[in-house]
Amino acid sequence: MARKDPAELVNGSAEQSGTRGAPSAFLEVRDLKIHFPTDDGLVKSVDGLSFQLERGRTLGIVGESGSGKSVTSLGILGLHNKRNANVSGEIWLDGTELVGASQNDVRRLRGRKMAMIFQDPLSSMHPFYTVGHQIVEAYRVHNDVSKSVARKHAVDMLGRVGIPRPDRRVDDYPHQFSGGMRQRAMIAMALSCDPELLIADEPTTALDVTVQAQILDLIRDLQEEFNSAIIMITHDLGVVAELSDDILVMYAGRCAEYASVDDAFHRPLHPYTWGLLGSMPRLDRERSERLMPIKGTPPSLINVPQGCAFNPRCAYRDLNGDKSTTERPELVEAEPGHQVACHLPLEKKREIWESEIRPKL
Amino acid sequence: MTGNETVSTDKTTAEGTTVPAADSAGDARPIADGEPLLEVDGLGKHFPVTAGLLRRQVAAVKAVDGVSFSVRKGETLGLVGESGCGKSTTGRMIMRLLDPSFGKITFEGEDITTMSQGRLRPLRRDLQMIFQDPYSSLNPRKTVGAIVGAPFRLQNIKTENGVKRAVQDILELVGLNPEHYNRYPHEFSGGQRQRIGIARTLALKPKLIVADEPVSALDVSVQAQVVNLLEDLQDELDLTYVVIAHDLSVVRHISDRVAVMYLGKIVEIADRNDLYERPMHPYTNALLSAVPIPDPAERGERKRIRLQGDVPSPLDPPPACRFHTRCWKAQDICKQVEPPLVELSPGHEAACHFPENTTVSATDEVAKAAVAPAPGTTAADDPAPEA
Repeated sequence: MARKDPAELVNGSAEQSGTRGAPSAFLEVRDLKIHFPTDDGLVKSVDGLSFQLERGRTLGIVGESGSGKSVTSLGILGLHNKRNANVSGEIWLDGTELVGASQNDVRRLRGRKMAMIFQDPLSSMHPFYTVGHQIVEAYRVHNDVSKSVARKHAVDMLGRVGIPRPDRRVDDYPHQFSGGMRQRAMIAMALSCDPELLIADEPTTALDVTVQAQILDLIRDLQEEFNSAIIMITHDLGVVAELSDDILVMYAGRCAEYASVDDAFHRPLHPYTWGLLGSMPRLDRERSERLMPIKGTPPSLINVPQGCAFNPRCAYRDLNGDKSTTERPELVEAEPGHQVACHLPLEKKREIWESEIRPKL
Repeated sequence: MTGNETVSTDKTTAEGTTVPAADSAGDARPIADGEPLLEVDGLGKHFPVTAGLLRRQVAAVKAVDGVSFSVRKGETLGLVGESGCGKSTTGRMIMRLLDPSFGKITFEGEDITTMSQGRLRPLRRDLQMIFQDPYSSLNPRKTVGAIVGAPFRLQNIKTENGVKRAVQDILELVGLNPEHYNRYPHEFSGGQRQRIGIARTLALKPKLIVADEPVSALDVSVQAQVVNLLEDLQDELDLTYVVIAHDLSVVRHISDRVAVMYLGKIVEIADRNDLYERPMHPYTNALLSAVPIPDPAERGERKRIRLQGDVPSPLDPPPACRFHTRCWKAQDICKQVEPPLVELSPGHEAACHFPENTTVSATDEVAKAAVAPAPGTTAADDPAPEA
């Protein structure tokens, strides 16, 4: 897999964000907003998100529950009901704009050009139909083939994702599969039409660590084979570090930091990213006496704090005077290929990371 | 069965004073730090599988199949393993929420394996549990005050300044606002709910707390808060924990000793550093190598052990060594002779015929034990096969 310089990609996005028209990137999301009007107020689940992704590369979207990562992925697939969600912005997939496209056009792309692996395969597969039936159905929607050809394809796919004796397991029901096998079947279904964009929403969260390792390997192998673009949505920084090329850290519906995987782990610039890294007990380090949690809890998306959404939990907000509570920091390119939304001056951030955060990790 | 004796029989037993009453046992023989507070010996739980009109038993799910360990006062024992390995069942048996099929549980020197519910009740003050899911473990119709105050009412405990004051003190202890007394669980976030659950657990100042996946339902940043809270409370209140978790990094952080379970058996038990730095059982090695490391520089650097397939069904576990179907080191002997859990180096027990990071194996050790007491072996100079 050819690794492009992430700096180049992110640079591109900064330059293009003002322009209109089809972008050169395979997937480009520009200023995506997904708001849900509710009785209690407007829930701004995603509030101005931009990123881009090339074929063969993986973007990791990290954040806590309620940060808007899953809503983003459903938005890309066009799975939000227009009646209860306000979607705005632009999503360009291989030259086609999806936000303004008709339901039918998006449906034609969904499953063939882009597909999704859901977190919980037991609730996302139909319990009443055999696994094979469900893969055959997905395949025949997009391909004009006979049932027997589609079934042969389903068996092929199941074999490809490492299910033993696929010719027999194809007639099993989802409940007859173990958790890891079900996730493999789910991946087989998602890949049945060779999608160019694969969105994996917490694909391994429900799985045991040994099975997780198998699934991550599988996703990596399949990416090399199909050269798909992958969006990996997870809260597990370990999974992101293993698979991703770029990382987008989300907080309260917005991007806090967007960088190459190397920058995000070795030179992170946002206090929230520091907090996430400090919260995790790590097997690859000496055991620290104490973890460094982020104080407080993620905010409600109806009442996002004024100014920087992270300010009530940020240990460094006082360094900015009252800027943090009054002015929302824009996502700016702090270093080549490294975007961050934080009021702290860059030098100060580098200093804090080197002197205060890094030694304690 | 044993746990369902009628209340009247308990009372006579208790009044008969052949056995010391549970609540006085602790006072009678105080247990110093480092002495075993809880001992589990050959504990097992087989859930019957029934079929037909007469509910005839046709098979048994061997959820836990003979585990032995002890928990010393003041320490934290971590119990890790994949789903279905029996770690939660073990925790529930220690709490006597499930009746063991066989084996023995000793708490503070007293056999509680078959103790009746009536006689267990006073003991519940000393033995408490933290549950995994902070959403389903709190009654949505009760206020925080009622939830955290329930143990006082149930145990009929009078507090100096009234229950309300006591509850508010505990809320403060776990980092909640005492003014939250009259609120309902739905008004709190996941992390705060878990704190309410911990407050309830702590209400009666227990000696042993079994925490079943205490942080796995929480967000990363909140998870760290709760882990730190559990550690602070341990120092402050002199608690002993049994922490059940599947996350190996959390277990390493929180535990003093760690037991690894596979298909209802303990395959390895050792001090934390020993286990994580010099794992002996292949399964432990595989588990550790499967944990994703949050450092992109490590990508491709680590040697991985990829286990094939899934954990076999506990309905019909493989004979002899249960891990042999997935083990890359398995030989004929693994399919025929079950390796016993023996001490291969001081304080480090493993059940394997071909352990790593050591020169002796379980089989040698048993053979030697027949002749002379098992000598301690040092594994420190053995090179670790993977970083």
